[in-house]
Amino acid sequence: MTDSASQTGDGADSPRIVPVGDSAVLIEFGSGITVDLNTQVYSLADRIDSIANPAVTELVPTYRSLLVHYNPLEARYGEMVKLLSELIASSGDTGMSETTVAQNVVELPVVYGGEDGPDLGFVAEHAELSPEEVVAIHSGVGYRVYMIGFAPGFPYLGGLDERIACPRLKTPRISVPAGSVGIAEAQTGVYPNASPGGWQIIGRTAIPLFDVKKASPSLITPGAEVRFVPVDSHD
Amino acid sequence: MTDLMPEPGRQIRVVTPGLLCTVQDRGRTGFQSLGVSVSGAADIDSLEIANRLVGNEPDEAGLEITLGGAEMEFSHTTEFAVAGAETGATLDGVPLARNIRYMAHAGAHLIFGLAPTGLRVYLAIAGGVDTPGVLGSRSTHVASGLGGLDGKALSAGDSINIGVLFGIHAEGPFHEIRDTDDPDGGPLVDHGDIEIRVIMGPQEAEFTSAGLQTFLHTGYVVSDQSNRQGLRLDGETIESKSGRYDIVSDAVAAGSIQVPGDGKPIVLLADRQTTGGYAKIAAVVSVDLPKLGQARPGTTLRFSVVSIEEAQELLAERADRMSAIRPRSLVDKIVLRVDGNEVSVGVTERDGNGSSQTVKIAEIDGATYPITVQELPPLSRPALLESAVVF
Repeated sequence: MTDSASQTGDGADSPRIVPVGDSAVLIEFGSGITVDLNTQVYSLADRIDSIANPAVTELVPTYRSLLVHYNPLEARYGEMVKLLSELIASSGDTGMSETTVAQNVVELPVVYGGEDGPDLGFVAEHAELSPEEVVAIHSGVGYRVYMIGFAPGFPYLGGLDERIACPRLKTPRISVPAGSVGIAEAQTGVYPNASPGGWQIIGRTAIPLFDVKKASPSLITPGAEVRFVPVDSHD
Repeated sequence: MTDLMPEPGRQIRVVTPGLLCTVQDRGRTGFQSLGVSVSGAADIDSLEIANRLVGNEPDEAGLEITLGGAEMEFSHTTEFAVAGAETGATLDGVPLARNIRYMAHAGAHLIFGLAPTGLRVYLAIAGGVDTPGVLGSRSTHVASGLGGLDGKALSAGDSINIGVLFGIHAEGPFHEIRDTDDPDGGPLVDHGDIEIRVIMGPQEAEFTSAGLQTFLHTGYVVSDQSNRQGLRLDGETIESKSGRYDIVSDAVAAGSIQVPGDGKPIVLLADRQTTGGYAKIAAVVSVDLPKLGQARPGTTLRFSVVSIEEAQELLAERADRMSAIRPRSLVDKIVLRVDGNEVSVGVTERDGNGSSQTVKIAEIDGATYPITVQELPPLSRPALLESAVVF
């Protein structure tokens, strides 16, 4: 894929617009996991937000597609496709590109290992590294929030170093504490709330990640960058 | 979600919750991009009908009871209505009909039997259920602990605050809605085959044409592994082109039909997660979602394709039908004067499951009470008016 400015709305690179039932439209930019595709998703979401069309009820961005929920009593499918096609085609005119998508950085202090990260030793063994090396690799980069799903505030993060990828637990835990930081295959993530889980838990943050009393309940938002910062204690 | 007028102590107490009793409204929308499930009533039509009957806003919260088998006690004189699956509900032993607004006296007990057909019964209370709103909704999502009473299903002994309606009373003595014979939106409570209309996609291209034929031309049986999150279906395996069924995770909608690795479809319902990693062959049209909320294990679903234009037209018709809910008068009644008050006692007929049933009610000061009328032997006729009406 080239950058979004080269898209005309009907070229070979134009996204696929398809219905999902009678009250949602899916705009699919591609089928892979790349920063470029994901940036196009958030860029379009921003443009739809900016026009504040009353028929649009909710936007759900994911790795490589945007689901637009709408009220068919306000606008029928044909009108929605027309509106969305125009917004997609206008991306070049508005100068929107990946650089204009705000990159919100969230730093999470993490206590690695011990009670907070019971699987750090296993992950280190699997990687044939020391636990300290695993921590240095895991905390050494920023992770893009491709999307949020599975549970309230649960981020799907991209960019885990392949050296510390690790299979899931053979038997999932009945309850993983809130704030637990884990690895599953080539993914890393953090559990906002206590929940059952099969990820290898290498650490924990004490920062509350999801609070329904806040107007913006999730500390981590779609499109943001997450950095894990090693700390010795939660104080 | 509307703000309700609370009145201290005005409550409904759960004596027995049945299998699963939760507070539900139309659902928690607006936060799916943060992974917050929508939840809400599994049969949104029945909740809306019950709400409209008691004069509530259509999106007010009520109680959803799976299979019935629950008992509630009213602390105050309260108007209520029951809709959805037929459970043979009674108020202090007096049989109730669905889709009629009734008055319960303080201390009255509302008992739901077990539904022989259909799956979920709804209770709307005039003034609404006043549990705390969370992210704009009172709906309970048990998996993430949001909404309802502390994010949980209701238990025996729980008391729920209810609101008060000021000056907004449903018109007329009571309302009646046909409950089974409307193929386009009335809650379908039959146990058997039901037709479910779908719009194909968005990943139908992942499946072979033989797989698509299998999906559309063989029936799928609702398994007992189903819940508010989704219906797991048993039936023929749907063939995918690659032999794989997973995709890069994307967003799902109510009624999305995903096909996991075993090739058996799952229809996503109210408590679905917001994203999923299985290919979605089709999505159920909005007006058929309430049927899925009433489809109990053993029900056979038969999928057919409609155009999106037709689906949206059906949705517009549904909105008209809901907003056109109007009162219907008693078919037969006698009017008595008791202590200067006019009291109407009468019967009406309602359609249900193909047979017509008689419902007996009394109306005092505009409120409708369920009553039983004793059949007295012919010789006692002169005494009828003094003794026959039992509240």
